[in-house]
Amino acid sequence: MRAARLGWLYFKLGSLTELQYRANFFIQLIQSAVAVGTAIVVLKLVYSHTNELNGWSEPELLVVMGIQILLGGVIRMSIQPNMERVMEEVREGKLDFALTKPEDSQVLVSVREVRIWRAVDIVSGALVLAYGVNGLDRSVDAGDAALFAAMLLVGALTIYCFWLCITTGAFWIVNTWSIIELFDGVYQTGRFPVSIYPGWLRIGVTFLVPIAFAITVPAEAVTSRLEWSTVALALGFASLLFAFTRWWWRFGLRRYSGASA
Amino acid sequence: MNGKAGAVRSMFDFYVTRGRTQIQSEFQYRAATYFWMIGMLAEPIVYLVVWTTIAEQQGGSVQGITTGEFAAYYIVWTLVRNMNIVFTPYGWEWRIREGQLSAALLRPLHPLHDDLAGFAGWKPVVILLWLPVAAVLWIAFDPVLAPTLLEACVFFFAIWGAYLIRTMFMSTLGMITFWTTRVSAIFELFIAAELLLSGRLVPMPLMPDWAQDVAGFLPFQWSFYFPIESLVGDLSTGELLRGLAMQAFWIAVLTGLTLFVWRFAVRRYSAVGN
Repeated sequence: MRAARLGWLYFKLGSLTELQYRANFFIQLIQSAVAVGTAIVVLKLVYSHTNELNGWSEPELLVVMGIQILLGGVIRMSIQPNMERVMEEVREGKLDFALTKPEDSQVLVSVREVRIWRAVDIVSGALVLAYGVNGLDRSVDAGDAALFAAMLLVGALTIYCFWLCITTGAFWIVNTWSIIELFDGVYQTGRFPVSIYPGWLRIGVTFLVPIAFAITVPAEAVTSRLEWSTVALALGFASLLFAFTRWWWRFGLRRYSGASA
Repeated sequence: MNGKAGAVRSMFDFYVTRGRTQIQSEFQYRAATYFWMIGMLAEPIVYLVVWTTIAEQQGGSVQGITTGEFAAYYIVWTLVRNMNIVFTPYGWEWRIREGQLSAALLRPLHPLHDDLAGFAGWKPVVILLWLPVAAVLWIAFDPVLAPTLLEACVFFFAIWGAYLIRTMFMSTLGMITFWTTRVSAIFELFIAAELLLSGRLVPMPLMPDWAQDVAGFLPFQWSFYFPIESLVGDLSTGELLRGLAMQAFWIAVLTGLTLFVWRFAVRRYSAVGN
């Protein structure tokens, strides 16, 4: 509860700052349109040569892409800016300012930054998703929708944990910016259901970088192909990862000695 | 006459020295380069897996391109893509916003030379680090690749041609930052166009006919599709030589364009920062 209040406070603060730069909204709008346009062209190209990709029809793949864009918006709006700030502050020894505050350090470092204009991607992702759902053969009932929302939350949490685990690495390795590039690249694999990938890669984007849980599983909920065993696996994995992340963050903190004067 | 020869020689010396120091400094960041390269690999692997899946569903090929040929295309793609990494318009934006250009302007050399030599010096390092990556991809995806000696030679020149085309294209775009430093949206638009019309996304024959026609008027395919196809495909000697000529043509056009705009651009530059 306290964490939510803190998050809301920083959200308001960050939004007020960002609202000064309204031109950024239009830049974001154009960028988002380009990204969505490209994704749709790719999709059209794929389905001009086939009717289904490993059992996924065109509207179903639109659902996957919509979720990928939407979640990408969440990551770039909140998760990534926060984590980049931690990496930066560890390197410059400025993390002290966060650590000395009388709040849970993990909560604090996870909510301080918000780039609201990047929410444009959340909206455009949702539109692509809605368009895809509209084209599905069978309708999505309330149960599917609720399961989808729940799995999307679990997925976002998993991605957040993954990011924080990597960021905590900054306590040992200073040069972590290349990891951001690495994630950006690997995140692209989420445009397609992970079932199309060969075994070694599928395991990689499921457990190493949890893209399968974040994107494919919610998409399976919408397209009614989600099995309860997958739900259990996703929940179990998310809880384990969350517990590990919490321990790992505290473990890393002990390494931090503050580099500044 | 002597002065001219001296100028050429000192320019040559500059490129060699700049390239060599860049090689040494890049070797310090092997781990960072690997992270970056693995991140970059996701893109071609996604394309490769998607088209392999479609090819297998249709009995082994799409538009006559077999799974082994797709694998070869996208593995060579990774090398060409590495060659295609150049000083971006975002670099220009940074250079101008932070006033970094002031120092570069004081040198008796066009800043482009520094970009060209620096990134060229990065390439041998990248290619060396790329070799094990290519070996892993080779084992994982089983490509069909049997180039002739001529194709290999043309490929060697074509990847450097691609490097020059893309450097000059990005510099041309970079010139826009002299008028406005908020150009990311324009850049993204161009990058998207390049993605679709260069062969970066799919081999050009998979694109609709009209898109291939449009691509014919643009430089993009000469920095992606042509170098890859020169090694992977079955181009005739005439086609190979014509490709190199087209590369030379676009290098000349884009260099001319950059230098032309530069004359007006640099007059607009007023140092910001220190």
